[in-house]
Amino acid sequence: MNPALQGLVTIIIGVGGCVGYFYLSNYLLDRLLMPARVIGEAEAGRRRRLGQIFLLAVPALLILVALLMSDARFTAPWLFWLAVGAAVVFGLWRLTDFMFATGELSAGHNISRANMVRPWLFLAPAMIALGLYLTYPVFETLRLSLIARDGSIGFDNYAFMFGEQKFREALGNNMFWLIVVPAMSTAFGLVVAQLTDRLSWGNIAKMLIFMPMAISMVGASVIWKLVYESRPVDVEQIGVLNAIWVAMGGEPQHWLQLAPWNNLFLMAVLIWIQTGFAMVILSAALRGIPEETVEAAIVDGAGPFQIFFKIKVPQIMSTIVVVWTTITLTVLKVFDIVFAMTNGQWGTQVLANYMYDKMFRANDWGVGSAAAMIIMLLVTPILVWNVRNARKEMR
Amino acid sequence: MDNIAGHKSGLTWAVHLSVLFLVLLWIFPTVGLFVSSFRTSDQISSTGWWKALFPTEQNSVYRAPSASDQIEQGGVFVIEGNVFEGSATGDIAHWGVSSREIDAYAPGETADLGEDGRLTLNADGSFRLENTEAFTGSRGQRIFVTATTPPEFTLANYEFMLFDPRNSEGMTKAFFSTLTVTIPSTIIPILIAAFAAYALAWMEFPGRALLIACVVGLLVVPLQLALIPLLKFHNNIGIGKGYLGVWFAHTGFGLPLAIYLLRNYMAGLPRDIIENAKVDGATDFQIFVKIILPLSFPALASFAIFQFLWTWNDLLVAMVFLIDSSGETTVMTRQIVEMLGTRGGDWEILATAAFISMAVPILVFFAMQRYLVRGLLAGSVK
Repeated sequence: MNPALQGLVTIIIGVGGCVGYFYLSNYLLDRLLMPARVIGEAEAGRRRRLGQIFLLAVPALLILVALLMSDARFTAPWLFWLAVGAAVVFGLWRLTDFMFATGELSAGHNISRANMVRPWLFLAPAMIALGLYLTYPVFETLRLSLIARDGSIGFDNYAFMFGEQKFREALGNNMFWLIVVPAMSTAFGLVVAQLTDRLSWGNIAKMLIFMPMAISMVGASVIWKLVYESRPVDVEQIGVLNAIWVAMGGEPQHWLQLAPWNNLFLMAVLIWIQTGFAMVILSAALRGIPEETVEAAIVDGAGPFQIFFKIKVPQIMSTIVVVWTTITLTVLKVFDIVFAMTNGQWGTQVLANYMYDKMFRANDWGVGSAAAMIIMLLVTPILVWNVRNARKEMR
Repeated sequence: MDNIAGHKSGLTWAVHLSVLFLVLLWIFPTVGLFVSSFRTSDQISSTGWWKALFPTEQNSVYRAPSASDQIEQGGVFVIEGNVFEGSATGDIAHWGVSSREIDAYAPGETADLGEDGRLTLNADGSFRLENTEAFTGSRGQRIFVTATTPPEFTLANYEFMLFDPRNSEGMTKAFFSTLTVTIPSTIIPILIAAFAAYALAWMEFPGRALLIACVVGLLVVPLQLALIPLLKFHNNIGIGKGYLGVWFAHTGFGLPLAIYLLRNYMAGLPRDIIENAKVDGATDFQIFVKIILPLSFPALASFAIFQFLWTWNDLLVAMVFLIDSSGETTVMTRQIVEMLGTRGGDWEILATAAFISMAVPILVFFAMQRYLVRGLLAGSVK
C-alpha cells in the first residue's frame, strides 16, 4: 500500500478508534452497566451473573487458553505471565464484585459506581501506551544490561564498558557538555532576555534568536559544518571561521578534527539551538518581576548592573534552575549533532552515540543497554527532583 | 526599566548595538547555508558565500580572434568581438594588454599597440581592434580584463533536488516519508492524552496524585532506553520496522509531555463552567467533548506544534523503528546525514537538501510562534 494512503488509513483508524473507544465505553457504562435508575433485586442478580460472564469468565478463559497454548510452558517467562494473568483475573473478579452489588440498587448508587469506573476508562489508552512504551523498556533495558554476551548474569557488560577507552572518553565528554552547554545557553538566554526587554524591536530580535529551535539538529549540523569548512592553504576559504582565522594570519584548521577543542565546536551548535529556549522562558520570568522592587532599587541609587545582578537575577533564580535542568536533559540525550558531524571520531564521542554504536553497529545489545542505563542513571536525580517539585506544587 | 522617571540611560546605544550583534551572530550561519543553496557548485567553491551578496571582481585573460577573422572597412582592417563572448555578463573595471600592467586602461579608452594597431575596449566587454595594415600571425592579441560581475543566484539546485527524476538522491520521496511519519504521530497522541488529561484534572479517584507524579517522572526518561526493548517488541508482534512502528513509538514518547501540558491547562479552566454543566445533567463525556476540548485549543495547538517539530526533525526514532535495509522509507534527516558522509564537499547539494527539510518547520515556527512560546512556558517543569 502507498505509505501516504497507509498514513491516512492509520489516522482514520487511530482517531476513529480513540473516539469510538471513548464514546462506546462511556455509553456502555452509562446505559447498560450502570444506568441511572433504581434496579430491583431480581434484575441486580441477573446483571451480576451477566457481568461476571462477560467481564470475568470470558477474559479469564482467554488468558488460560493463551497460557496453555504457549510453547514454553513452565519456563521462567511463562511463570511470569501466569502470575500476571492470575493478577488480572483477580482484579477483574474484584471489579465485577464491586460493580454488581447484590440487593436492590438505588440510582445514586449506580451513578457513584459509574463515576468510580469512568476515570479509568479515560486513562486506559494512555496508561497502556505509557506502560508499554516508556515504563516497561526501563526494566527490560536493565535486564538486558545484566545479561552478558555468553549468557551469564552479572555486571560483565558494565565492567567491559568501563574498561573501554571509547566509553570513558564518551563519559568525560558528556560531563564537559553538561558543564558548558547549559551554562552558556542559560547565560546567553539571560543576556538576550534582559537586553531585549525594553527594546522597540526586541520581539523581532527574540524571534530571530529563537528560530534555531525550529531547525532540526541535523539541519543545524549542516549549517555549522559549512561554518567550520576547511580548505587547503592556497585556496580561498569558504568556511566563515577559517576565513576569519586566515584573515587574522592563522593557518586554515580542520576545526572538527582538532581535539579537544572540537568538542567545543560541536557544543556551539547545541548552544546556538538552546539559547532561544532559555531566552523565551527567562524573558517571561523577567517580565514577571514586580516593578516596585526595581523602582525601589533605582531610588536607592543602584546602577543597571546592580539592578540586574542583585535585584532581578535572585528573583528569577528558580526559573534559571528550571531552564538549566531542562537543557541538561537535552544535553544528556544529545545524539544527532555528534552523529551527523563527527560520528564520535577525533575524541568527540558522547554517551548516546556510543550507545547507538554498540546497539546497531556492533549489535552488542548488552553493552548498549548498559550505556543506556548510565544515561538513565544520570537523569535520575533530575527525575526525582522534578517529581518532588510537582508533588509539592499539587498540595 | 532602567530609565524610569525620564532618566535616559547612557547604555541605550550599547544595548541596541549588542543586541544587533547577537542577532547577526545567531542568523549568520543559517543565512550562509541559505545563500549557498542558491549558488552553483563552482561559485561555492571559489568564493565564500558572504561575497556572493556583493559584486565580485574577477581577472581573466582573453585572446582576441586571429588575423583570419579580420575584415576590411574603408581601408582600415578591423577585428571585433566581445571578451565575455556572450556567456557571463558584467562590467569591465579596467583592462590592459600586458601581464605586467593589467589595469593600464579604463573602459572606453584606446590602447595604442604601435605597429599592431589600436585597441578600444568598452565597459560591456565589446572591443574593436583596428589597424591600417592587414593583421598577420595566427595568434590573436591578448587582453587582460578585470570585470565586476553582479551577484548571481540560481534555482537550479532546488530543481535538481526536488524535480529531477534522474537524481537518485532527490528529496521528494524522503519529504513525503517525513510527512507520512509526522501527521499520524502528531494527531493520535493528542487525542489519547486529552482524555487522560481530563481525567487527571477534573475527576476524583484514588491514585490520581501518584499517576500525575508518574507522568512527570516519565517526562524525563531518555528514549534511548526504549529503543531495544521496543524494537524487540515490534518484531515479536510482527510489525517490524515500518511506519506503524514509528507512529506507535512517537505516540508513546510524546504522551508524557502531552498529558502534562494538557492537564496543567485543563486544571486551570474555571470550575464554575464544569460544575454548572454537571448540574444541568451533562455527562463527563459530554463535558469533555463540548466544553473542555474547545476551551483547551491553545494547549492542544501548543502540543501539536511541539510534537510536529519533534517528529519532523527526529533522526534517532526514524533510524531505529522505520528505516529498513531497503532504504525505501528513508526520512529527510537520515538522507541528509548520509549525504554528509558521501557528498561531504558538495555544498550546493547539502545546503539545498537541508533547506528543503527545514522549510516546513520554519514556516510552522513563524506562523504559530505564539502557541510555541505558550507551550514552552507551560511545559517546563516549575
